[in-house]
Order: sequence, then C-alpha cells, then structure tokens
Amino acid sequence: MLFAVFLPALLAIFIPYFSKWKEKIHTGYFVLLAPLAIFIYFVSFVGNDFEPVSQNYEWIPSLNIGFDFYLDGLSLLFVLLISGIGSLVAFYSIFYLHTSERLDQFYVYLLLFMTAMFGVVLSDNVFVLYSFWELTSISSFLLIGYWNYKERSRYGALKSMLITVFGGLSMLGGFILLSIITETTSIQEMIGQVDIILGHDYFGLILGFILLGAFTKSAQFPFHIWLPDAMEAPTPVSAYLHSATMVKAGIFLVARFTPIFSESEWFFVFVSGIGILTLIWGSYMAVRQTDLKGILAFSTISQLGMIMAMLGFGTSTAIFAAVFHILNHATFKGSLFMVAGIVDHESGTRDIRKLGGLATLMPISATLAFFGTFSMAGVPLPFLNGFYSKEMFFDASIKLESSSLMIAELLRTAIPYLAVFGSIFTFVYSMYLVFGTFMGQKKLDQLPKKPHEAPIGMLIPPIILVVGVIIIGILPEAFNSSLIAHAAESIYGQPIEKHIQYWHGLKAPLFMSLAVVVIGALLAFARKSWSGIYSFLPGKLSFNKAYDFIVDQLEKTSAKITNSYMNGSLRRYMIYILTAILICTFTFIGLTGGFNWDASNLSEITIHEVLIALAMATAAIATIFTNNKIGSILILGVVGYGLALLFVIYRAPDLALTQLVVETITVALFLLCFYHLPNLRERTDSIVEKSTNIIISVGFGLLMTVVAISAHSTKLFETISGYFIETSHDIGGGDNVVNVILVDMRGLDTMFEIVVLGIAALAIYGMIKLRNKKGAK
Amino acid sequence: MEIIMSILAGVLFTTGVYNLLQKQLLRIIIGTALISHGAHLFILTMGELKRGAPPILDYSIDQYTDPLPQALILTSIVISFGVTSLLLVLAYRASKENGTDNMDKLRGNEND
Repeated sequence: MLFAVFLPALLAIFIPYFSKWKEKIHTGYFVLLAPLAIFIYFVSFVGNDFEPVSQNYEWIPSLNIGFDFYLDGLSLLFVLLISGIGSLVAFYSIFYLHTSERLDQFYVYLLLFMTAMFGVVLSDNVFVLYSFWELTSISSFLLIGYWNYKERSRYGALKSMLITVFGGLSMLGGFILLSIITETTSIQEMIGQVDIILGHDYFGLILGFILLGAFTKSAQFPFHIWLPDAMEAPTPVSAYLHSATMVKAGIFLVARFTPIFSESEWFFVFVSGIGILTLIWGSYMAVRQTDLKGILAFSTISQLGMIMAMLGFGTSTAIFAAVFHILNHATFKGSLFMVAGIVDHESGTRDIRKLGGLATLMPISATLAFFGTFSMAGVPLPFLNGFYSKEMFFDASIKLESSSLMIAELLRTAIPYLAVFGSIFTFVYSMYLVFGTFMGQKKLDQLPKKPHEAPIGMLIPPIILVVGVIIIGILPEAFNSSLIAHAAESIYGQPIEKHIQYWHGLKAPLFMSLAVVVIGALLAFARKSWSGIYSFLPGKLSFNKAYDFIVDQLEKTSAKITNSYMNGSLRRYMIYILTAILICTFTFIGLTGGFNWDASNLSEITIHEVLIALAMATAAIATIFTNNKIGSILILGVVGYGLALLFVIYRAPDLALTQLVVETITVALFLLCFYHLPNLRERTDSIVEKSTNIIISVGFGLLMTVVAISAHSTKLFETISGYFIETSHDIGGGDNVVNVILVDMRGLDTMFEIVVLGIAALAIYGMIKLRNKKGAK
Repeated sequence: MEIIMSILAGVLFTTGVYNLLQKQLLRIIIGTALISHGAHLFILTMGELKRGAPPILDYSIDQYTDPLPQALILTSIVISFGVTSLLLVLAYRASKENGTDNMDKLRGNEND
C-alpha cells in the first residue's frame, strides 16, 4: 500500500525526463499507467466479505508518527474514485492539452496531487493525514495557477491557497488537541476513546477546529468562494480536483471523524446546518452564473452541501445515502466537467449566453450532458443514479431523530422543507445548463470557432462515466453490498442493511421528488421572469467582496502599522529601545523590591573628589548646550581628563595612564576630523521632541544611578580578586596585578581587544582609501 | 563616596543619552563617548573604591584595591577608543558623501 500511495510521486520524478526524451509522444500516456495500475490493485479488495486492512511503516517512531495506512470501506471507496477518475482525467487531458503546453509541469503537479489524495484517505495517523492534506492544497494551488500568465488564474490560486491553508492549520490545531487528550496519533485508537474525548473540556475546540478544516476544503458556506475562482484551472483539473476528489477531502474528514463526534448534538447542528445552507446557497447562486464551469462550480458546492448535511443527520439512512451520493456525484459531475471542457474546446467559449442549439452539431456530447444533468437534478428515471440518492436524501431528512437541544429541534423540523427548496434550484440550474447549451437557437456568429464534435479520445472518458451513471442507475444493488455498505459501516460503526430501489411506494419522498420536478420545471421555463430577484439577494452583497475587502484591508493595515513605527529615523528606534529598557527594568525593580540602600560600607568623601565630580558633571551638561564645534570637543576632553584624575585617586595607575593617552588621542582625532565635519547647528527640535529627549535621558541616568546604588548595597558574596592578588607573583610572575590579569590570567580578552583595534584600523583605512566613483556600483 | 560616584555616572549617562537622541552626527558621537565614560566609572564604582593600595604587589602592604574591574575597564577603554575613531571617520565619510549630517535626512531610499 505504501508503494501504491507513493507510486504517482515516484513517477513524477521521471516525468520531466520522459517528456524530454520522447517529445513526440504526449507525456500523458506515461502518466496514465500509474492511476490505472493503482485502480486495478484496489479493485482486487472489493468484495462482499471485505475486511479492513492495516499496514504500518515507520517514519518518526519517537514522535509516534508513521505511515499507518488503514484501508476500510470508506477509504476503499475514495481510493477507487481517486484512481478511477484519475485515469479517466489523465486520458482526457491527453486530448485536451496540446503538446505545446508545458506538459511536464502539469503532470508532475497532477501526480503529486494523486499521491497526496491517496495519503489523505488512507492515513490512520493524524499528523501524516495533515501532511498529505497540505500537499493537496499546495498541488491544487500549482494546478489552478497552471496558466500563470493569466491574472485570474493567479488570483484564483492564491485565494484557494489562503482559504484551504487557513482551514488546514485550524485542523492541525484540532489534531494536536486530540492527540494530547487521547495520547495516541491513530484515528482508529481515538475512536476507541470516544467517551474521553466527548467528556473533555477541549471537545468544543476540537470539534470547531476540525470542522473548520473540513468546511474550508469542501467549499462549505461561507468558505465556498474559492471554488468558482478555481475554475480558471484547465478543465481536467476542474473535473478531477474540484468535483471528484479534493473537495471531497473535507467530506472524507467529517465522515472519518463521525464515529467520534456524532454523539454530540452540536455536530448535528453545525454539519447539517451548514450543509443545508450550502446546498441552498450553491444551487441558488448556480442559476445566476453565465459561465458553464461557473454553474458547475456552484453546483458542486451545493452537492457537497447536500452530502455534508446527510453526514450531519447521522442516521443510518442518511449515512448510507451520503456514501451513495459521493459515488454518484463523482460520476456525473466528472462527466459534466469533461463535456463543458469539450464545448469550450470545440466552440471557443464557455459563456452560456453565446451558446445554444449545439445538440445537432455535437450529438454525442449533448447526449452525455443530458444524462449527467438529469441525474444531477434527480429526475425520476430508473436508469439515473442521481435520483436514488436524492430520494434517500429526502427520506433521511424526514426521519431525523428528535433532540434535546432547542436549536437542533428547530433545525429538525425545518430541514425537509429546506431540502426540497434547495433541490428545486438544483433542478432549475440543471435544466438551464443543458437546454441553454444544447437546445434553442444556434448563435454561430457569436462563437469564436465553428463548433463540431470532439475527437473520440476526448469523448471516451465522459462516455465511461455516463455508462457508470447508467449502470449504477440500473443495477444499484451491485454496488451496495460490495462497496457502499462497507463504506457506510465504517462511518456508522455498525453494519447497515439497506436496499436501493427505484420504487418506494406512494410515500413522502416520492411526493417531494415530484414537487421538485414540477416546480423546478415551471421555474426553469419562466427563468427570465423571476431572475430579477438576484438584484435583491445577493444584490450587492457578496462573499467575494468580503474576502477581497479583508485581504485588502489586512495588507493596508499592516502596511500602515509598519510604516507608523518603522519610519527610518534612528532617533525613533533609539527611543523605542531605551523606553523598553526603562519600562522593563523599573517594573522589575518595583515588582521585586530590588532597590536597596545600605550606607554602612562607603568610603569617605573628600573635597577634591567632589570638586572633580562637579567639574565633570558641569562639563557633561555643557556638551548639551554648546553650539560651538571646537568648544564641544574640548568640553568632552574635560570629562575624559576628569575621569583620568578619578582613576588616579582611586588607585588605578594603569587606568589613569591609558585614559590620559586615549583621551589625548581621541581629542586629537576629533580635532583632525573637526576641520572636515560640518559645524554644529542651532537645534531646531520642537518642544515635544525636546521633552521626550529630556524624559528619556533623565530616566536612563536615574536608572543607572539606582542600579549602581542598589548593586553596591547588595553584596551577595566576596570578590574573587583575593586569588589574583595572592597568585599574581607566584604563578603569573609579575607584581603588577592588573597587567598580569590582562596578559596572563585573562589573556584572551586582550587578544581580541587587539583584534578589535586592528579591525577598526583596517576599516578606517578602507573607508578613507576605497571609494567608488559616483554612479559606479 | 560611592553614592556620589553613582550619581556622577548617572549624570554622564543622562547627558550621553540626550546627545545620542540628537539629529547631528557629531553630537551622537559625543553622546557615545560620554556613555562609555559613564560605563567605566560605573564599573569602577561597583568594585568598591579606595579599599587599599594600588594593585602593585609590595611586601609591606596587605590591603589592595580590587584589580579585576581595572583590568576590565582597561580593555573597555581600548575598545571604545577603537569604536569612537571608527565612528568619527564614518561620520566624516557619511556627511561628505551625502552632503548632510542630519540624521533625519539620512533615511535611505524608498526602494532600498
């Protein structure tokens, strides 16, 4: 199974070589092998007596992360969909994409995506699941932006990336919480600890986080906005990712965690509430679209909402219907996308207002589209699979269990009506789609190309899918016990005995279906007379605008905030740094009572020290007020020589010597530069600037004084200098202790101080000598 | 005396920081020089003042001042001298190249 999962990625490594090696053969033929082989491999598992298979491969054993693959009914259904439709899409793309396109890139992305999807549906380890989940987001991003010279493609790719990664990250949060609570990373082991999870304080957070991940990936309301924009991708991508596989990853996630969450009534409220809302909004908005793929995108949103709602119901009928509809939707939606791609390919436009009457020109495509759309609309014909799952959906919506939660009870009574309402619009857009494109007047003069039937290779994949629609429609029971029942069992937790049949008897679901068909047909017929409603709802309201506004405002606000404090002025940054130091240190001193005053261990005060100190203080203050260049340099010298005098008094002969020499050289340097430096100007600071300067500098001086006094008053242990004095002569071989420390005991300091001087000298030399001519870089 | 020296160090820091917050390059360098003076005085004061003879061994004396802070300050003086001289040349070049020594005008280009 490990090999099956990674086969596409492995093949992806060789794709660029293949496409360079045999340029005349379409790269798609090489690609086709991988999903086909995997499909055949997994078909061998299908059977009435299927038992879950589990295989473990180590990855990071110390963190309990490994490729733990678990193939149960649900995974098997998804794996078959991914590999089966993957083969068809690969085949379709051979005829859809011309060899002049960058085929190697396309197929590398597509194969990466396949591996990622296999990993998502087969992983039992939450963190591995998450890794594959993000890989689907990334490869989908690359595929949507495949025609990256188009502005709309880049916009759509970025939007889908932002939304799905946002959800993916929140899902990771949910997974981490789950694995902390249950102390395991395996989903199957988590299912064994349902009681612990349900009773835990974090349960609400976990539910919210994971559902957010599922809703963003599966384009549920209000995160559905990325899906219509993702239609800028090539049609094989739309058919594969955005109808059959990736958008069902969220559905898969909800289904996978249903055994854990379904006890909670909030799960019912959120999942079925959002699902129903998505169903209605998606089908309502689909009628408004003019682009074929736009209609199909909103249609996908609405169908996903329907599946999500059924998973939320949580009854055995509903879950069975959900699984059945996953299969059905993948077949008819895949074929519809391919037909839309054919129409686009052969007529040059996807705008339904320009299309019409193509049935005579493209009879095969038209027939395929009729089967697909009628199945999607749930027309009660015994050879269309969409009808069966829709019927079960109505059946499930009536038979909801009553609940103690107020809002859940409210939802329970409303759901059957809402379901019918959403389905009416589904019927309307389905009819609009097929009749608008293939019936009515021909408008050949508006089309960029003269339409004709597609090449046979392009027609084969949709034909296979439509044949699938019909086979499932005629022989639904054939798929029941071998495939669907197992998938439903792994969601529901126990075996579900259901029979799929065309005739239920004269019961409520049938009347609901009939109502949908009648009202839907009437509305579809009179579509032009009521389409004005869209200017009221949504009217100017649009989630796309909200998204654009949020992204735009985020950029603008962060730019504004950054510009407000990063204004390029060094003085401003100094103020930030000093203020932070002041606040932190004073707060710390205040909180810990750090200020000490101990006057017992002070040396005596003598008059000449005080005089020197006064002179230094006066000189230091004078540097602020002087506007004379040479004056300020000399005053600075006074401070330096004063310090040297203090060193003399405080028994530091070496220091005094060095300070005198260094101060002299520094003053000399200042005087050397003085000739070249511009004159000191009068200050032009405003009062505000001046007062901030004063507050900060006085605060900083005060801080240092306070720290010095309290440090002097708090001597926690004796100095270690006794050792230096004792051993200076015997070990160091010198009587001048300071010098012995410098060159012997702490010689490294001195070495690097020499290095500092050397570097400074080199840098000065470089700055003076090396200069570029103006303009030269 | 340590208290007075602490206050003097505080005054040196105050004036140093005030100069550092100015807009003219020369004043900023004066500020850094003042701050390093303040820091040296600070270190010296921390090591207790006047507790014996200068740290040059002599058999008749058994009480010396602490030699370790002196060694540290000596290192520091040399380093701050190196930095100050570098800053001076840097200021000279900067004002020559850019035609101004006003920090408010030295903010780089929009597109840097």
